[in-house]
Amino acid sequence: MTCAIHSSHENPVTLLQIDNLKTFFHSRRGLARAVDGVSLQVDEGEVVGIVGESGCGKSVLALSILKLLPMPPAFFEDGRILFMGQDLLACSRETLMGIRGNRISMIFQEPMTALNPVFTVGNQLMEVFRVHRGLERAEALQKAVDMLARVGVPAPERRVKEYPYQLSGGMRQRVMIAMALACRPALLLADEPTTALDVSIQAQILELMMELKAELNTAILLITHDLGVVAEATRRVAVMYTGRIMEEALTVDLFDRPLHPYTRGLMASIPRADAGFESGRLNEIRGGVPSVAALPAGCHFEPRCPEAMDICRTRLPRLESVDGDHRVACWRVGHA
Amino acid sequence: MPELLEVRHLVKHFAVRRGLLGRRSAKVHAVDDVSFSLAENETLGLVGESGCGKSTTGFSILRLIEPTGGEVRFQGQNILSLDPEPLRRLRRNMQIVFQDPFGSLNPRLTVERVIEEPLLNHEELSAAARRARVRETLEMVGLLPEHLTRFPHEFSGGQRQRVCMARALVLRPKLVVGDEPVSALDVSVRAQVLNLLVELQRRLNLSYLFISHDLAVIRYVSHRVGVMYLGQIVELADVKAIYARPLHPYTRALLSAVPVPDPRRSRQRILIRGDVPSPIDPPPGCRFHPRCPEVMPVCREQAPLTRVAESNHLVRCHLHDRHDVWTPTFQASACDALNPSTQGGSA
Repeated sequence: MTCAIHSSHENPVTLLQIDNLKTFFHSRRGLARAVDGVSLQVDEGEVVGIVGESGCGKSVLALSILKLLPMPPAFFEDGRILFMGQDLLACSRETLMGIRGNRISMIFQEPMTALNPVFTVGNQLMEVFRVHRGLERAEALQKAVDMLARVGVPAPERRVKEYPYQLSGGMRQRVMIAMALACRPALLLADEPTTALDVSIQAQILELMMELKAELNTAILLITHDLGVVAEATRRVAVMYTGRIMEEALTVDLFDRPLHPYTRGLMASIPRADAGFESGRLNEIRGGVPSVAALPAGCHFEPRCPEAMDICRTRLPRLESVDGDHRVACWRVGHA
Repeated sequence: MPELLEVRHLVKHFAVRRGLLGRRSAKVHAVDDVSFSLAENETLGLVGESGCGKSTTGFSILRLIEPTGGEVRFQGQNILSLDPEPLRRLRRNMQIVFQDPFGSLNPRLTVERVIEEPLLNHEELSAAARRARVRETLEMVGLLPEHLTRFPHEFSGGQRQRVCMARALVLRPKLVVGDEPVSALDVSVRAQVLNLLVELQRRLNLSYLFISHDLAVIRYVSHRVGVMYLGQIVELADVKAIYARPLHPYTRALLSAVPVPDPRRSRQRILIRGDVPSPIDPPPGCRFHPRCPEVMPVCREQAPLTRVAESNHLVRCHLHDRHDVWTPTFQASACDALNPSTQGGSA
């Protein structure tokens, strides 16, 4: 697999810049701060991972970028999202329509629900070319077939006439990727793209994504709960917890030197399958993730943190740089 | 070690209708000649990708679905020939924990009622004794007495899975089948439940048949591991041997496909081509041959037999044809072993 560490990353050009994004929801139990002050940057051609457990806000973050959230109940309390210099939160509906599926596209965890079951695969792929490129039917069909071939769908001339239910999970995800990359987007948002797939198919899809990234220089924001996927595919990674980034670093640095107690706890709690690795008893992080509608007053991780201090109970630590690109939100680290 | 469970030549076919108006019928070979044993206090992990028959194997053993053929002996007794009443009595020793802690708990019952239910079915205890047993079991799985009056929706996924474990353990069974019991849980909570499973095994002398698609989880909990592909066990060995010296090309490819949480490791990945073929028309010869990176001419024509490569390392692959063929026998009574009733087994 393309090794993320060795990919060149000189003279980076900022593609996406998220500043202090706050995406909140009105809920019956009060205000849910799903994304609470996230700042993040993605450079051209870079693969950035967002890792976290369910409810940490990683999917809401991705959906915020394309404004794909139901509003209400969702609303943007604060922040901006600059994509190639343009604020996506402030731009018009028309501008956004021109960006979605064209400059920024998205793939989801469950390709069956993301594809329309009553249209053929070809029909859905052709739509991308017709809407964003204004192609005629015949041309669009040819492009659709080419694209399916490119993502490794066997017999694309036949597959193009089939419906989503006729394809396996791996094939459906390939179709989603074909659709997402049809217009050679600058940014791909991938929300748990391999989670629903078997491990052998997951390897194929990750491989395909990295190949296409290298070919098209598409930046990828890869959202996952799987630290293995992060390690293999990303250059930089942010660890999210209850709507906030707890730690952000180059992927190599994060695994070499995890600083936040949450990150360290997570890493020690995953069993591993690789031969050289001998595991003792798994580390447990006590308790569970608190609801984003009822968060602790201080650091959100404090009730579960084995290293909590007095200040952690009352004050929320800010994300601060400790060592160049390595940023941590913890009173134990960097606030000294 | 005495064997608690002995499974021989287990077969389960499902009939499916195909074609226009469902006129043509076909058979799904969900489980096709599966044999293994499980000792007391042991965990056998069954691992494989979706559709490999691992869950069907687990359900067949408990007779939650009726197997088509083969034999399943629990403490020497063939449970496939048991009448309903003796089977019901035996079932108290064989429990199951499912993947989905949301779908497998009745939302209208309090936790106390959920955990108490098996006692009402299987034991004649006084109300006080029942309460005591429920409380004791609740404490074992790490829940508190105040949780007894709550309903399933008030709990997180991890706590719900603890309730499911309490329900399975309240009868103090010998065997627990875990069908992907931690797959729906978040990473930090999964570790809690895995550690609890290991701890309870020691405390209660349990045997686990642990079914999962997750090779890392299987490694953590299992003493021995069986790798399944298209309804068959293709490799079965001690956990250390499977992960350090896998013999079957499928096991090797599967292991190389698992993402490793270490960005400094550059590794050779063996990519398996294509998808898992349909179990309705499994490929002739070795079922893995269309995707196998080491396929030989013989693999296309002849189905490999299970062979004993090293002591207790079983593998079903033509690359290991030089080794002896494995013939599963029953440990308990020798006369039965001489006369195996193997309906439908293909080995």
